[in-house]
Formats: sequence, C-alpha cells, structure tokens
Amino acid sequence: MTLRHPTVTRIAFLLLPIGISLAVAAALVIAVGRDPLDVVDALWQGAFKDSRKLGGVFNFWIPLSLVSIGLVVTFRAGLWNIGVEGQMMMGALFASWGAQFILLDETLAPLLHILLLCLAALGGMFWAWVVGALKIRLGVNEIFGGVALNALVNVISIYLISGPWQPRIGGSAQGTEPFPKPALLPEFAPTFPVNIFMIALVAVAFVIVYALLNRTRWGLNLKAVGKNMRSAQLLGVATERTSMSAFLVCGALAGVAGSYRVLFTFDNLRPLASGGIGFLGLLVVLLLSIRLLWVPLVAFAFAAILTGSTRLQIAPSLKLDSSLAGVMQGMLVLFVILFQGVREVFFDPTPDEDPPSPDPLPPQRREGELDASELVKDEKSTLPRSGGGGLGVGA
Amino acid sequence: MNPEFLNTLGSIVGTATPLVIASLGETVTERAGVVNLSLDGSLTLAAVLGFAAAWTAQEAGVLDVPGQLALGIAVAMLVGALIALLIGFSSIRLRRDQVAVGFVLTLLAADLARFLGANFTRIPGPQVTRYAIPVLSDLPVIGPILFRQNLLVYFSYLLMFAIWYWLFRTGGGLTLRAIGERPEAAYARGARVQRLRYWYTALGGALVGLAGAAYSLNVKPGWSSPPAMQGDGWIALAIVIFGGWHPFRVVLGAYLFAALRAVSSNIQTNGLFIFGQEISFPFVLLNTLPWLLMIVTLLVVSGGLTERLLQYMPRAVQRRLRAFLRSDPPKALGTRFELE
Repeated sequence: MTLRHPTVTRIAFLLLPIGISLAVAAALVIAVGRDPLDVVDALWQGAFKDSRKLGGVFNFWIPLSLVSIGLVVTFRAGLWNIGVEGQMMMGALFASWGAQFILLDETLAPLLHILLLCLAALGGMFWAWVVGALKIRLGVNEIFGGVALNALVNVISIYLISGPWQPRIGGSAQGTEPFPKPALLPEFAPTFPVNIFMIALVAVAFVIVYALLNRTRWGLNLKAVGKNMRSAQLLGVATERTSMSAFLVCGALAGVAGSYRVLFTFDNLRPLASGGIGFLGLLVVLLLSIRLLWVPLVAFAFAAILTGSTRLQIAPSLKLDSSLAGVMQGMLVLFVILFQGVREVFFDPTPDEDPPSPDPLPPQRREGELDASELVKDEKSTLPRSGGGGLGVGA
Repeated sequence: MNPEFLNTLGSIVGTATPLVIASLGETVTERAGVVNLSLDGSLTLAAVLGFAAAWTAQEAGVLDVPGQLALGIAVAMLVGALIALLIGFSSIRLRRDQVAVGFVLTLLAADLARFLGANFTRIPGPQVTRYAIPVLSDLPVIGPILFRQNLLVYFSYLLMFAIWYWLFRTGGGLTLRAIGERPEAAYARGARVQRLRYWYTALGGALVGLAGAAYSLNVKPGWSSPPAMQGDGWIALAIVIFGGWHPFRVVLGAYLFAALRAVSSNIQTNGLFIFGQEISFPFVLLNTLPWLLMIVTLLVVSGGLTERLLQYMPRAVQRRLRAFLRSDPPKALGTRFELE
C-alpha cells in the first residue's frame, strides 16, 4: 500500500491504538457487569475533582517522571533496566536509614532533605551498579539480574521492617514508625499536598538529561552503544564505561524517586514502597519509543489514571479492582507498539528505518572520532534490539 | 531410608511441577528462536482463568470433577497459547521487538489476572487428586518420591522425555533446532521457518498455560491477590538458561529451585537445628536464596567468570567441565527471520 495522505495516516495511527485499547477496556468493564461511563466518571473524579486529588496525581507524577527520564537513558544505551523498581526501593531504604538516624534540628531541615535525597541517589546508584557490573563484567543478562535484585531488595526491606527497624510498639510487617518531622518533605498546602521543590527537581532533571542526550558527546556515545555495540567499540567509544554510566544515571534518578515515596507519600518505610512505579516507567518509555520530549506529559496521563483508579474500589456503583488502571495502561502500550508495526509493515514503503550499516571504520576517519551527523539524522529512535544471544549470554 | 525424608522429596517433586512444565514449554519456544518473556504474567492469567472456568463448571454442576478439571486446564492452555501467539505475531509479522512485547504482556496479563480474578479470591474449587501408580509406587525409594503423585506430575515426566526425544532423535526436532540456530539454512533446506515458529511458540505457550493451571488446580489451589505464583515466571525463564535449553538439565534446574525453596520454608516454620543445637538468625532473609541462586547459576553458565577460572584447570578437565557448566543459547534466539 502506498502512503497517500501522510498526515491522515499519522493521525489515524495515533488515534487507532488509543481507541482500540479504550474499547477493549470498556468491553472488559461491560463483561463484569458495570457501566464504562461510570468508570470514566470515577477515574475523572478520582484524579481531578479538587486540588487535593490533583495533588495526588502529582505525587505519582513526580516519581514516575524521574524513573522514566532515567529509563530513557538506559534504553538509549540499549539496556533493559528492569531493575529500576529495585533501584527505587534501594533509594527508599537509604533515605529511610538517613531519616531515622541522622537527627537534625527543624531549622536545618532543608539541609537534611538535600542530604537524604543525595543518600537516596547513592542507594539507587549502588543497586544499578550491581546490575551493571553483573551485566558488563560478568555477563549476566540485565533483565534477569534486575529481576533478581528487585526481589532481593524487597526481602531486605521486609527484614528491616520486621527486624531492626520495627516500631517500638506493635511491631508488625506493616511498616516502620513515621519518620521524625524534620526528615519529611513539607507539603505546599493542605489543599494541595505536593512538594513543590520536587516538581522543580523533575523539571531540572528533564532539562539536564535532555541536554546531555542531545547536545553532548556522551549522549552520542550512548546512542552509538545502543544502536550497535560493535561499531561503537570500533569507533573508539568506551562501551563498558558508557553502559555503566547509563545505569548509574538511571539508578540515581530512580533512587530519588523511591525516596519521595517514603519521605512524602507514606512518611515511613513500607514493604513494596516503590509500588510498581518503576515498571510503569518502563511502559511510559516503551509507549514513546524512547523519546524523552513527551515523557512528562505521558507520565502525567498515567499518573492521573493511577490516582483515579483508587476511586474504582470506593465508588458504590462500581466496586472494581484498581488493577483496571494497569490493564488500561498495558493495553494502550501494547496496541501502540502493535500499530507501529502495522504502519511500518503495511503502510510504509521504506522497509527498514536503519540504513544499511556502513563499514564501521572508514579509512579517512581517525579512531575515537564519532561522526555526529550519522547518528543524529534518524530522529525516530528504535527499541534496543535483542540480538542473537541477547538473552542469557552477555556480549 | 527415612520414610519422612522420602515424603519430603516427593512433595518437592510435586511442588516443582508447574516450574518444570513452564520451563519445558519455554525451552520449546526458545529452541525455535522466539523469546516468550511474558511468563510471569501468562502463568498468572492462565492460573486464574483456568481456575475460574473449573469453578464455574463446578457451581453450574454441568460436568463431573475430572471434566471440570479438564475444562480448567483447556482454558488455561488456550490463554497461554494465545499470549504466546500474540508475541509470535508481533515479532514475525509486525517486526516488533520480542522482549518489548513480552515485557508489556507480562505486566498486562498480571493486571488482567488481578482484575478478572477479583471475584474468585479465596474460594475453594475443584482440585487435581493424587493417584498412586499401582506397581511403580511400591518400588523402594523412587516409588514414594516419583509415583505417588497426580496426573499432572506424571505428565511432566512424559513431557520431558517427549521433548528430548523430539529434539534430538527425530527429523522434526532437527528442523526445530535449525530454525532457532540458523533459520536461513533451515529455509534453504525447505523448512517453513515462520510457520514452524508460530506452531512452536503456541505449543510452548500452551504448556506455560498448563503450568498456570497446575498452580491454581493443584500446587497453590485457588486464587489470591497478590498471586501465589508471582515471580515464578521469571525463575522459569532463568531455569531455561541454567538448563542450557536441554530438557533434562532444565528439569534438574526446576527441581533444584523447588528443593531450595522447600528447605528455606521448612527452616522458617520449624527453625534450624545443627547437631541438636538451635541456630537462630533472621529467617526472613532465607527468601533471598532462590534469587541468589538465580544470579549465581546465570553467572556460572553464561558469564565470563567461569571461563577465566577454567584457565587454571588442567587441560583434560577443562573441556569436560566447560561442557558441563556453560550453556549457549540458540544462535538466532530473539532475532527475526526475513527473506531478502
């Protein structure tokens, strides 16, 4: 099929997956005997009814945006950082340690907050470093390393909560005691319970990572490593160091995201405090085919669905499980990916977006020099290919 | 031998069965060059829908108990096969990344299971019952371990031998291995690569679905949220790598994991005694063991570390030890095959 009206096709392929995933979700809701319009209403009421609810949306948006920004970096380098959930959790653990044992006066609270966020970033980086070292030095696929490390940090957190950090009275596996007041991040107003500083931090992280990816040698190196590890190596890119740096950047952002959950959302450490936000971040980035620009917006939409879904259980006409939110998000990402395929295979006359790879070392190019134009020109970034041996055997 | 000990081994074999079936199914899929990463989600969804079907039949009173179970198993296998086919289709026809689609389906299927299973939480349903095989169950030692189980367990034994026989003793198996290793060559020899990949992906997926039913109709009866089998899909995927895509080794790996888990849960309930002396430490930390084992096994079979250590061994030992420890994936695993 030829492409007759590019704009029409583009809009159609933007709306089709959204429409189909909504239709499937509606069919599911009807199948369990509820009215889809009630669901829409409940989601809307749950997310945007008043400024308190909106604050709830931002409280999911902040950590979700942070991990998604970080995941763009690892995906750019061709890495599947499924361990992001555990990196969030490790950040939460480090921050919880600081919140309980670094006791500062109320007047020094801002200093303490900066300290705690730095600790959290360190925690996330530590766990990301383990995944990275297992992958790069020891050849353990990062998907399995990440899954195992996610489970490990969850066991460690349960051990801490039911052991050394258990509350003095009524120790159970529910959570630690609330942290001392100076450690908790302050809310903007009772009617808008959000930490404004963290929203600003998300904006700063977004701008910095955007600039790093698109304006620096490091960003180019990441892309080169992600597209073709071997050619990047032949071009003189320090591939191992570049991959590791991607893990560390993502880990730091995930760690801060995790600390927000314990220092603001919950006020204490709970099992599974990361709450699946890391996995949701992977969905956000997959939905966008690793383009950073739209991450804050899509993260906001996902956060709104997530916040609204808490109302699904309460609303008397519904009493539905809140996992419907996850079903809707998953459907959306699945259909977006499938329709990209439909479009490329059936509607795009150009068979492959990657040009045939040129000779990795053209004679006139010196070692260590990277031709920027080659990498920048394809704006559409693609998912990391799981090449032969992508699973199981690392490089 | 101590009969209690034999019973414990028998129960390990029983509880390992879903892992055995799921990892054998994934072995078939990956041998054909396709990665079905969605195991953790498809197991869950198959488990809950299989249970829901069997329970509904029970409530309606339309079938006898074996019929209810058969219906549940059939539904679960269908669910597993459909998810796998979706991954196959998106990869083969739509040229999407198998890992990406598989991961999205992992999350989606798990959420769908929680959503659809909300009304089926903690209710009793039909269950697979034990059936001791007449003569074999009286054999010393292996009788109580292997032959006082249920039909799903016996099926898993047969499945292991059947897959091994198919892979290494038949022409069809040779083609299966070829489309996972060198699809171009297989195509040149007349194999219909894409069609076969669809078939084997669906077959592997159906086995994953069966494994899901083995949870909800036997090992972890019924349905609860969070699901009791959460995480097992990832372990099954790791077992396939540990097993080097060979059915016997894969099954060995599944039993190893189940044994480790049985030991750690036993210690957590009964405490740990060494020479009559009670040893005390935070037993919660024992839950890390399966995951540590997962990392260590992957490190040994696929990492560069083993290779470095092997250099210090005498030549004669080197080769055999390497063959024993290392495993390499099918060469075309996760890649697309397209005709130029």
